[in-house]
Amino acid sequence: MSDQITFTIDGVEVKAKPGQTIMQAADDAGIYIPRLCYHPELTAHGSCRVCTVIVNGKPQTACTQPAAEGMIVENDTPELLEHRRNLVDMLFVEGNHLCMFCERSGNCELQAMAYRLGILAPKYPYFYPDKPVDSTHKDIFLELNRCILCGRCVNASKDVDGKGVFDFVGRSIDKKIAVNSDKNLKDTTMAVTDKAAQVCPVGSINKKGTAFKIPYGSDIEHKK
Amino acid sequence: MSNSQTKRVVIEPVTRVEGHGKVSLLLDENNKVKQARFHVVEFRGFERFIQGRPYWEVPVLVQRLCGICPVSHHLAAAKAMDKIVGVDKLTPTAEKMRRLMHYGQMFQSHALHFFHLCSPDLLFGFEADPAIRNIIGVAVKYPDLAVQGVMMRKFGQEIIKATAGKKIHGTGAIPGGINKNLSIEERDAFLKDIKQMYDWSKSALKIAKDYTVQNLEKLKPFASFDSSHLSLIREDGAMDLYHGNLRAIDSTGKKIFDQVDYSKYLDYIVEEVKPWSYMKFPFIKQVGPKDGWYRVGPLARLNTCDFIDTPLAEEARKEFMAVTNGKPNNITMAYHWARMIELLHSIEKINDLLNDKDLQGTDLVIKGQKRYEGVGLIEAPRGTLFHHYKINENDQITMANLIVSTTNNNEAFNRSVQKVAADHIDGVPKITEGLLNHIEVAIRAYDPCLSCATHAMGKMPLKVTLYDYQGNIVDSKTKE
Ligand code: SF4
Repeated sequence: MSDQITFTIDGVEVKAKPGQTIMQAADDAGIYIPRLCYHPELTAHGSCRVCTVIVNGKPQTACTQPAAEGMIVENDTPELLEHRRNLVDMLFVEGNHLCMFCERSGNCELQAMAYRLGILAPKYPYFYPDKPVDSTHKDIFLELNRCILCGRCVNASKDVDGKGVFDFVGRSIDKKIAVNSDKNLKDTTMAVTDKAAQVCPVGSINKKGTAFKIPYGSDIEHKK
Repeated sequence: MSNSQTKRVVIEPVTRVEGHGKVSLLLDENNKVKQARFHVVEFRGFERFIQGRPYWEVPVLVQRLCGICPVSHHLAAAKAMDKIVGVDKLTPTAEKMRRLMHYGQMFQSHALHFFHLCSPDLLFGFEADPAIRNIIGVAVKYPDLAVQGVMMRKFGQEIIKATAGKKIHGTGAIPGGINKNLSIEERDAFLKDIKQMYDWSKSALKIAKDYTVQNLEKLKPFASFDSSHLSLIREDGAMDLYHGNLRAIDSTGKKIFDQVDYSKYLDYIVEEVKPWSYMKFPFIKQVGPKDGWYRVGPLARLNTCDFIDTPLAEEARKEFMAVTNGKPNNITMAYHWARMIELLHSIEKINDLLNDKDLQGTDLVIKGQKRYEGVGLIEAPRGTLFHHYKINENDQITMANLIVSTTNNNEAFNRSVQKVAADHIDGVPKITEGLLNHIEVAIRAYDPCLSCATHAMGKMPLKVTLYDYQGNIVDSKTKE
């Protein structure tokens, strides 16, 4: 028992194993903390900030913050809901997210998060950025209009596939995903079986030949 | 940085008559109507902005063109994409599921048009006071009929949902097939109501037929003129609303061309651009730009086909053709009667399909050798719909050409409006209430997919302007 950490989330007592993050302990305890960039099989880096919780009065990302004895975590509060809504609202206007004809509609974590947070219409003006589409790879369609810069593909390609096909370039609002080639995705070592091809939360990295094959209403988000 | 990428597109406010039908009537020196121009903002830019998109997105994307018959765009694009993925023949389940979707769309669209948009005209006569000649008037005087309209529309929409996934803007048809079959439960839910749908379709057909036959002499000249007719046709000459080859006939029934493989439509149809309209004017190449225009839709389909392959609709077709002694019917108001024959045909087809075990098959999608060009045509509720695409080696669209039903009927609108106007204005350059009403009735016969035309009967916003032979405005009236 002594190697267990005890803390609270919204007043509910939660046990964590040493080294676990708040997110991992919450998941084990069946408490949902909203998240977007986090993927359980990849290194967390807290980039989207959607999982921000208040730890002993200070904001921290639950996916990177280790659980500690006695910490008081606030998760499901009106302030944090508003904060998460703002973040997701910004993601929508910073990209070109046209759910109405996106092949991942109904199976998209960004869209699902918007529904969960009760976002029905954009709050901020659209940026309409000029983002590239790379359809050169025979098995993969890369659509960066929909990228939310979660970094999952970067980590998966580097840590799991050992390839480093994707990386971030630029800073701030100009930050974007680029492929490890002067040319296009087809000129990289990317394969459709790579982990990097399986983890995109939105419709940015898509397997060709799968679009709209799942009937509307039986897709993952509808089942949830 | 970002400012330099911002583009502003300005559309002339005078032509952007949001939700209004805008008509210009040009007079000659003797104040007789020389030309009518029905202005339509059909400029949606889809052909341009889908360039660069992957081909598999197109059937889902292009249906956003229209909130009235999205299924037709969905299916026409899917048919073109079948060609792109190298498929010339779908599996029986895929073809029949798509057909079911299409007949469901035809049924709900025709029911909506009949009950909501045109029944007030047919029940009260188009001379009746607009205060009662509307859907509320119908609901008060014929309450059962208004309910039937709603229930028939719902039936068709539920079929769309069961085949496309959603009642509007579904995703069912995919390149090379369909993404679901029909479950036994779904099938049985439809079969339960089918008898009722037959009965209601028959009574709707009777209203349209009786009205036309009883008022034949008055309707014959109304907004009418001789025209050619064009539609898809099955190989044996039967009406086929989902697939076939192209047939065009002239106003006397002589074939201009027949059984033309529609992928070669560019050899037969040319689209003319006129400076005063956003909408192009298609015409039959071999007849030429002056006389090569044609009509599409229910009237054209009744005229072009040799027979209908469902018994009740075939019986109705024979009665329809008897009115013109077997010759093509060029009476514009007969569109309504023809539309109701198709309504009955659609429910007969739906019944046949629901009783077909292939709908429960599991072989949904196939794939062949990739191609770089695909053409898909379908008979949409309002007429022949053309979709044509080219892609590059990266699966991206490089060219799209769409000819929608309403564009095919473009010249016919102008002719109908001109005919009505000429009958009203004869030397006296004045726009009367009667003229405004009659223009609405004429346009409505075609069931055009215009935002102004989707307003209920008597409520179509219309702006009519009269120009003298020197181009001066002599009268203008707006009907809200
Ligand atoms: S492409 Fe997908 S996985 Fe990669 S950063 Fe963008 S959203 Fe994340």
